[in-house]
Amino acid sequence: MAALRALVGVKRVIDYAVKVRVRPGGGVVTDGVKHSMNPFCEIALEEAVRLRERGRLQEIVVVSCGPQQCQETIRTALAMGADRGLHVEIPAPQYESLGPFQVAKILAALAKKEGVSLVLLGKQAIDDDCNQTGQMAAALLDWPQGTFASALTLEGEQLTVEREVDGGLESIRLRLPAVVTADLRLNEPRYATLPNIMKAKKKKIEVLKASDLGVDLASRLAVQCVEEPPQRQAGVKVETVDDLVGKLKEGGLI
Amino acid sequence: MLRLMRTRLSASWWRQLWAQALATPHFRLTSPPYYITHQKGRYSSQANRESTSFVMNLFNGQFVPDNVFPFPSVLSMEQTQSLQALVDPCTRFFEEVNDPAENEKLESIETATLAGLKEMGAFGLQVPEELGGIGLTNTQYARVVEVVGVHDLGVGISLGAHQSIGFKGILLFGTQSQKEKYLPKLASGETMAAFCLTEPSSGSDAASIKTLAELSECGKFYTLNGGKIWISNGGTAEIFTVFAKTPVKEPTGEVKDKISAFIVERAFGGVTSGPPEKKMGIKCSNTAEVHFDNVKVPAENLLGELGKGFMVAMNILNNGRFGMASALSGTMRGVIVKAVDHAANRKQFGDKISNYGAIQEKIARMAMLHYVTESMAYVVSANMDMKVPDYKLEASISKIFASEAAWYVTDECIQVLGGMGYMKETGVERVLRDLRIFRIFEGTNDILRLFVALTGIEYAGVQLKNLRTTIMNPSGKTEMILKDIGMRAKRKVGIPTGLSLEGMVHPGLDNSAHLVTRAIDLFGEAVESLLLKYGEKVIGGCLCGCCQPASNQPSDDVKGHSRHLACCKTRHLGAEPRQGVLPEQRFCHLLQRSLLSPSSSPHFPSEFLPATHSLLCPPHLSEYRPRWCASIPWVSSLRHAGLKAPPVPAWSLAGLQDCGAAGVSE
Repeated sequence: MAALRALVGVKRVIDYAVKVRVRPGGGVVTDGVKHSMNPFCEIALEEAVRLRERGRLQEIVVVSCGPQQCQETIRTALAMGADRGLHVEIPAPQYESLGPFQVAKILAALAKKEGVSLVLLGKQAIDDDCNQTGQMAAALLDWPQGTFASALTLEGEQLTVEREVDGGLESIRLRLPAVVTADLRLNEPRYATLPNIMKAKKKKIEVLKASDLGVDLASRLAVQCVEEPPQRQAGVKVETVDDLVGKLKEGGLI
Repeated sequence: MLRLMRTRLSASWWRQLWAQALATPHFRLTSPPYYITHQKGRYSSQANRESTSFVMNLFNGQFVPDNVFPFPSVLSMEQTQSLQALVDPCTRFFEEVNDPAENEKLESIETATLAGLKEMGAFGLQVPEELGGIGLTNTQYARVVEVVGVHDLGVGISLGAHQSIGFKGILLFGTQSQKEKYLPKLASGETMAAFCLTEPSSGSDAASIKTLAELSECGKFYTLNGGKIWISNGGTAEIFTVFAKTPVKEPTGEVKDKISAFIVERAFGGVTSGPPEKKMGIKCSNTAEVHFDNVKVPAENLLGELGKGFMVAMNILNNGRFGMASALSGTMRGVIVKAVDHAANRKQFGDKISNYGAIQEKIARMAMLHYVTESMAYVVSANMDMKVPDYKLEASISKIFASEAAWYVTDECIQVLGGMGYMKETGVERVLRDLRIFRIFEGTNDILRLFVALTGIEYAGVQLKNLRTTIMNPSGKTEMILKDIGMRAKRKVGIPTGLSLEGMVHPGLDNSAHLVTRAIDLFGEAVESLLLKYGEKVIGGCLCGCCQPASNQPSDDVKGHSRHLACCKTRHLGAEPRQGVLPEQRFCHLLQRSLLSPSSSPHFPSEFLPATHSLLCPPHLSEYRPRWCASIPWVSSLRHAGLKAPPVPAWSLAGLQDCGAAGVSE
């Protein structure tokens, strides 16, 4: 059996603990704001590392698309156990308009270039919450997809994915190569330990450009505006049930 | 010409030439990693040459800014990046895995946490990478320890007793084979280390230990007998750095008992430890008695030279002190966050209590003390990374200041929190109990104050003696003599001697800087007049009395003199009580204005609380130094006002205050 290789996407996003603020003139404030690896990407990476530890995978390649700072995220991924990194450098102005479709094209191109059998992604990124990249990549590659995975077993070329769907859990069987996106309950990612962080410094990060992969980054979407959610208005206290019913009727709610 | 090179004047030219250049980071980029240059610790010889230490020279009335101005920045880009990568997982580990309350209840670190810490590599932060450690520089270590300090001082003590003093001796003085034998297991946390100096009858007076190690007739091993008390990790450690008296033959043929250091394994047999002590705080760290009963220690386990154990001990302690300052600055950061959170949410009399002056002043003072402590911690760690040979006074001052500032800050945090602060649930009372020990261990603050005062005075004495020799024998040194005489004449009639911080600090701090230089002048003069009155003999006696009483017991007379000296210094510094207070008030004012009163500060409209939070929460993204400059509101307020941020002046203030305080202790 040929060596199985996985491509894991790791996105650099504003840290989940940061209160995001809207930047006047569009977008959100990112300067001086703490960034970290998208939690769902962490879960996907952890799953890949576990598969490799069980001997199901031979190599894990992580990829991140974006500005220079993405390399910090790649380093973290390398410290968590990935073998090598790919950084598709996208300068800041272009990065603003980079959406799931462009990233999916990059991932598809890389998956072919690297000859991977499994593309493992987070189900969505916590910044734009698109939840599209995995699906699009699968379509572009014409590979089967297992999205929202909450359990994953790999036996040879057979992949069983337990998916979280509205009605409960759905088990599907896929044949490699395939695209899988991780849901929250797939695993609990490990901490990067200090010795591994030091070792990760010696692992390779290859820097690429989207043009090297023949990917056109032109976006077909335009962001109209970004606004803070409206402030909650103060409510009123009602004395009796009758008052309440009256108010609700007034508002056309019943 | 060669003679000229050695004069003070030319020294200052050299300083101007080199200090500025060396302070810019790219000059230091090439500094080799810690473990290469620190392979062998050096015995610091006592003050017989000109020191570049800032504090040491204050005693001489000299202002030597080489190591402190501008604020030293020692990390290369790569070191900064790896530090950033380390801080984040450390913080997450302590936030998500470690439970300080549970650790305290168990009176030991939870098993899962301990395993996690070992896996993290937290047990060998400064061990070279090739020996299984992380190979951090002092500055990087300080930053990581700061994270530990924010969350759990008990764990911090366990880790510190292990690596900051426990096996530091092996790192500094060990032979290659000793390092290869012990460090890999110690770095992985497989074995724990402990530092055994204190005995029932020997605390501050470390030279009076009674534990004895005698060489066997075959010369292959030492037999170790004695008992040590209050040993951190004493019950859990397998490797001990033990200090014991050994009979040493002097060149005169006389046999004297001198202290030597040994690496002792529990596995040697005859090593027993008592039950864990019940303590006020840091309950999760193990503290126990350790007894040595006819322990056979192989001769190759001698650490450093025979009879040089006292110096080994002092060097280990000096080398470990900066970590305490940085850990405590983390602790302060942590409690200030709690105080600020509470103040910003608690409403009384119809308004948030953060809008009341009483609370604002408290928080401003807390932030100021934290600022000073952090500045000191990183100036000491940077000096160590810059291979400044002489940092022992700075390290001692940072330990004294940090431990007292942390006590004050935590106490005030409880005050801000009110009844909530007194509750166990809040977790601040634990911090207060935990950090009380920092004023006691690794050299009590009182002893360290004496150490600072007396070492400094001894240095000034040697310099004075050199001047006397020069005057007696003035050939070719007229310039130097005239300069020294001129300086003293100026002092006598109250003219400033030309010390100046101009150009080194922000113009906004000129007044404070002037007071600092004035204080340096007065201080130098006070020290000198005492030296002239009592002569070097007394000073020598004082020092021996402080550091090596076994060899030279101080007479009552000497004690009287040192008391007098202390009083004089206090008087001299006390003569201008505002010089300590004024810069402090100034900081306070600036901080209050910018940090706590958003409405009254045009520079901080809506940024008030976010700014405070970014100041208080460990920012993982920025490197350790600029994060301060960027996040200290008054610095950024200066920036907003279109001014350049000043270099950090805190060190000088704190150093001076402490030198002043050094006198009070006797």
